[in-house]
Amino acid sequence: MPEAKLVLRGCVRAVLPENIDTDIIYPGRYLNITDREKTAEHLFELAYPGIRAELQPGEFIVAAANFGCGSSREQAASALKYAGVGAVLAASFARIFYRNAINLGLPAVVSPVAFKLCAPGDELEVDLTGGRVRNVTQGREFASAPLDPRAIELLQAGGLIPYLKRKYATAQGARP
Amino acid sequence: MGMTIAEKILARASSRASVRPDEIVVANVDLAMSHENADLVRKSFLEIGVPRVWDPSKIVIIFDHRIPAESEKTATTHKAVREFVAAQGITNFYDVGRGGICHQVLAERGHVKPGMVVVGTDSHTTTHGAFGAFATGIGATEMAGVWAEGALWFKVPSTIRIEVTGEFRPWISAKDLILHIIGRLGAAGADYRAVEFDGSAIRSMTAASRMVLANLSMEMGAKAAFTPVPEIGPDPAAVYERVLHIDAGRDIAEPQIACPHSVDNVKPLSAVGELPVHQAVLGSCTNGRVEDFEIAARIVAGREVHPRTRLIVIPASQQVYREAMRLGYLETLMAAGAIINPPGCGPCVGVHQGILAAGEVCVSSTNRNFIGRMGSKDSSVYLASPAVVAASAIAGRLAHPEALEPVHA
Ligand code: SF4
Repeated sequence: MPEAKLVLRGCVRAVLPENIDTDIIYPGRYLNITDREKTAEHLFELAYPGIRAELQPGEFIVAAANFGCGSSREQAASALKYAGVGAVLAASFARIFYRNAINLGLPAVVSPVAFKLCAPGDELEVDLTGGRVRNVTQGREFASAPLDPRAIELLQAGGLIPYLKRKYATAQGARP
Repeated sequence: MGMTIAEKILARASSRASVRPDEIVVANVDLAMSHENADLVRKSFLEIGVPRVWDPSKIVIIFDHRIPAESEKTATTHKAVREFVAAQGITNFYDVGRGGICHQVLAERGHVKPGMVVVGTDSHTTTHGAFGAFATGIGATEMAGVWAEGALWFKVPSTIRIEVTGEFRPWISAKDLILHIIGRLGAAGADYRAVEFDGSAIRSMTAASRMVLANLSMEMGAKAAFTPVPEIGPDPAAVYERVLHIDAGRDIAEPQIACPHSVDNVKPLSAVGELPVHQAVLGSCTNGRVEDFEIAARIVAGREVHPRTRLIVIPASQQVYREAMRLGYLETLMAAGAIINPPGCGPCVGVHQGILAAGEVCVSSTNRNFIGRMGSKDSSVYLASPAVVAASAIAGRLAHPEALEPVHA
């Protein structure tokens, strides 16, 4: 497993308002899809179908506060990840979504100002550990919360499952 | 330093003398609940490569979102979960016809005890704080980790205390109270935090009504929510991030309505204006219990559901269904023109049994009104109390029970 990059570069696909709920990200009617890759097909399907249609691998979703509020559905995070989103930058995240994202290896970056200082199409450089975002297009830099070491460890492992898999493989199946 | 209820429970579960907000603890899990998304958990669990779950007696699986299976795809996931449950010796399994909505079943079958750490792959797991448990929602992958290890890390939340005194006005219920609070605090107002409800108005509530408060606390982001139980309470010197005082009679003058498309878009009924209603839904883990059917039956008795409106009633569980039947509430509702769906989530999550067409308006006792939640992205859902849902079904428009024509004998 290659180590995940800690400085991400890509363009902003969309800048979204506050309270983007998990039904907007991934409609409830598709919850019986349990193949993670397939969840990508329904990303933002009802409210913003254009996002998935135009998304390029590694692009960023930027949002105002409380991104991912609502349901605990992990498909919201997996749809973003498997559609190719490089990271979500939001003023704040709902807690279950945040944990789901990190557990699936999708960087979720808290930046109170990103949604004000980024426009669709802007190229960004996002430093996950340094707590810094550079808007290359607009030539400005702003702060983000550095990911905590636990989150970095999970992202570098590729998510919680590969992390646990490795842990139990080295422990030869023994429980801690 | 004194501890709040959340702090006390997390300290005990992580074998510490005390904990403070923002500390990270690894807590032992007492109960791990999943519904159909147990299939996602199962897949992740099998990937980890641990042969057995940590403790099959602490895992509860309840089918509710799509029962009976509405499609071959769902039937296939149900089947996979049944096989897994049998192979792992998980006996707390409530299949179609044995349970109902996960939160209702967990409560009525006595799985939850005060002081427990409960995790569930459903955001409304906060409901179980009504029984003094630290209960919170997690994702499927995280649950796979719990199935393997029986423990999970938590950031200790700070706590908001909400004290409610005074007497509720006629027709005003726990649903109106919590919608009022969500309207004040906002959809992220309790994000990452625990909420403690207390005060004379809370202490005189039924268990079912307390569940409404803990359940809907999720809609302001709460990680856990508590109503008072004798077994565990905060220390007198507990430190709160914020204390809110509400006088139920003074502050909640009329029924509260959460308007599309967010739960914190709350208005008093009279401010919503004239609103024709095509569908009225009475059910869900928020308001699908016997007391909700009792009030609805009282309102619709001797009346008829408006020709423009469909009234869909979904008991939260088999037990609720039987009790409401025994007490005659279902008979009364059906006589008025309601259809009774099988116990479960019904149309709440937009899958089946009452999906809305474009342009349709629904008044619902459920807990979410997000875009497309109950069907078309061009439909709208207004969240309200069971009393308002029943009255609106009769009036064919959003209505206060007091606004209905008197019943002619
Ligand atoms: S009734 Fe609705 S909110 Fe409650 S568990 Fe079912 S789908 Fe979720």
